[in-house]
Amino acid sequence: MGFIDHLIVNAEGNSVELNGAQILVQSLKDEGVEYIFGYPGGAVLHIYDAIFQQDDVKHILVRHEQGATHAADAYARATGKTGVVLVTSGPGATNAVTGIATAYMDSIPMVVISGQVPSPVIGSDAFQEVDMVGISRPCVKHNFLVKDVTKLAETIKKAFYVASTGRPGPVVVDVPKDITDPTIKVPYKYPRKVTMRSYNPAVEGHKGQIKKAVELLLSAQRPMIYSGGGVILGEASRELIELTRALGYPITNTLMGLGAYPATDKQFIGMLGMHGTYEANMGMHESDVILAVGARFDDRVTGKLAEFCPYAKIIHIDVDPASISKTVKVDIPIVGQVKPVLTQMIEQIKESKKQPSKKALTAWWEQIDKWRSVQCLEYDRESPLIKPQYVIEQLYEVTKGDAYITSDVGQHQMYAAQYYHFDKPRRWINSGGLGTMGFGLPAAIGVKLAFPEADVACVTGEASIQMCIQELSTALQYKTPVKIINLNNRYMGMVRQWQEFSYESRYSHSYMDTLPDFVKLAEAYGHVGMLVENKADLRSALEEAFAMKDRTVFMDIITDRTENVYPMIESGKGHHDMKLRVAPGTPTDRELA
Amino acid sequence: MRHIISILIENEAGALSRVAGLFSARGYNIESLTVAPTEDPSLSRMTLVTRGNDDIIEQITKQLNKLVDVVKLIDLAESAHIERELMMVKVKTSEATRGEIKRIADIFRGRIIDVTPMTFVIEMTGTSDKLDAFIKAIDETSIIEVVRSGATGICRGEKGLHL
Repeated sequence: MGFIDHLIVNAEGNSVELNGAQILVQSLKDEGVEYIFGYPGGAVLHIYDAIFQQDDVKHILVRHEQGATHAADAYARATGKTGVVLVTSGPGATNAVTGIATAYMDSIPMVVISGQVPSPVIGSDAFQEVDMVGISRPCVKHNFLVKDVTKLAETIKKAFYVASTGRPGPVVVDVPKDITDPTIKVPYKYPRKVTMRSYNPAVEGHKGQIKKAVELLLSAQRPMIYSGGGVILGEASRELIELTRALGYPITNTLMGLGAYPATDKQFIGMLGMHGTYEANMGMHESDVILAVGARFDDRVTGKLAEFCPYAKIIHIDVDPASISKTVKVDIPIVGQVKPVLTQMIEQIKESKKQPSKKALTAWWEQIDKWRSVQCLEYDRESPLIKPQYVIEQLYEVTKGDAYITSDVGQHQMYAAQYYHFDKPRRWINSGGLGTMGFGLPAAIGVKLAFPEADVACVTGEASIQMCIQELSTALQYKTPVKIINLNNRYMGMVRQWQEFSYESRYSHSYMDTLPDFVKLAEAYGHVGMLVENKADLRSALEEAFAMKDRTVFMDIITDRTENVYPMIESGKGHHDMKLRVAPGTPTDRELA
Repeated sequence: MRHIISILIENEAGALSRVAGLFSARGYNIESLTVAPTEDPSLSRMTLVTRGNDDIIEQITKQLNKLVDVVKLIDLAESAHIERELMMVKVKTSEATRGEIKRIADIFRGRIIDVTPMTFVIEMTGTSDKLDAFIKAIDETSIIEVVRSGATGICRGEKGLHL
């Protein structure tokens, strides 16, 4: 029972009067918010007092505001709901900025409530004052400064509306302390719906454009479907699968789009881009018609723009018109939500007399199979050392491919993307756009809260994990037993890889010296620590860890420190210009050294 | 190419910084920017002059439209329109030069709105080109200061930017 219900009972037919802090909390409840991730401080004390007096909305106390944003963000990625964060003014707000930018780059719906100093002292350099509206402006979809307590409920509604519709994104609501003053009560009503004359996101695509797109698709000789995170955000995985199967075309996913199409399906040819598969990148390069769905032609996907898909006509479906023809000129743009557009396309394909050319498609698949036979993801399986790829493969087997995998940023992120075959959307939780180290652990906590019964693993490295390691404490407090798969290669692996390739192996500050004893560290936080140094022990260690359903386990796995992520398109090169791993068994320069 | 983009934007604190911030963050260039409330005090009208090829202008208009506070916008360069800019120029004068400056100002349909023994203030409206031409036409060394509003504009005929 929340305090509000109590008040309503006593209201005797009159409208309920609440103070700003209560309005804020009640608005969250009325919005259906289950969890808020936050950290208290001076400017939000009134709000925390209101939180204390109810138990409808559960507050998760993190150990650093960055952790709150990542946990809320991952909760949103895994569930499709909007993540909610509450931080105080000044440093609380600035600590949240990295997480807000992370959500912004990946279009994740999130509402961040930041406390602000009282309105009369705004602009006076008051204690713990920062211009949060100004600081967050370039990395939010929108932000609000609440100036009037009677507008608070409506502003919260608008924040959720803007965050979760169209191309989703984070919205900041900056709330000065006087707005939540417990002594000032005003009538409360949470609007059921809100409209904004300046905000009308596109829904259905243009019929004529869709028709043209279908005609072009059906006439393709070497087609390619390239889909991204928009399919997951737009809940259109089912439609994507139906369309792809109906056409029989090859499909590649971006890093953000993994899981939207089942990775174990034969039409899936892997991720594309910088560390994409040989077949996906070559397929893009040689393709004559590309259907881009909810993808934004990111530079890590396209490589050198001048050499991007030279033979292809491109169809692009995106809810955000600004994403269309931003970096790559497209031939048939379709602005609209992915789901209704794909649905229309499927209908039209079914009705169309024209069918894809069987002959052309057979030849195209033969070509793709030739590229596949390169086996670009093979690695040295005979190595006595623990290869990071091997760890992910074992993780995949032990979790039966059905875990939620969060990751940090670097080599381990790419290995997870390449070797954990995601068959379902919302299972792969990573910071793709901003590339935020420290994301993985708080993200895993956010996912575990949403799905307490599911296996949640954070694939990380010894560098990334230390950026938000304090959240191990949060994991204990809220009993979110996640498994931390620490691929410990004693290097910032991706930095080292670039230094090896582009800076003649001058490993400038990419070496992780004086690492903590992660086993002891995990134990100090009240968790289970495991050190895995031998390849032979890995499988049983993983099984043991995942069998401990109610414990967070930190697996410190000592991997081959010289391993690199392949294939790789080095920056400034095109899709057809990939660096492939030297055939297994051939000694590389590094191994000889 | 030069484009004049007219924007109807919510008259809210911070709306201007959203537009200015967008331009600096994405590396677009602003030649001039004017803003004032409209007949509806909840709306401001902004006129922004920028330069860029078609691709850049397309991105600019898309990105502006994406700002939640932007209600509507139009690229005036796409159709027949009228452009005006207000300029005030303070010039040094002497017995010998007064007549000449007055004559040139008349030719450009400028008005002298302040006179002291040593100075004139000339008020002039017109297209930005015309104002440039006036500056060129008078003796450069006589100019004390120039203040320009930046261009504003409106569509000709039925077409327009309104809710």
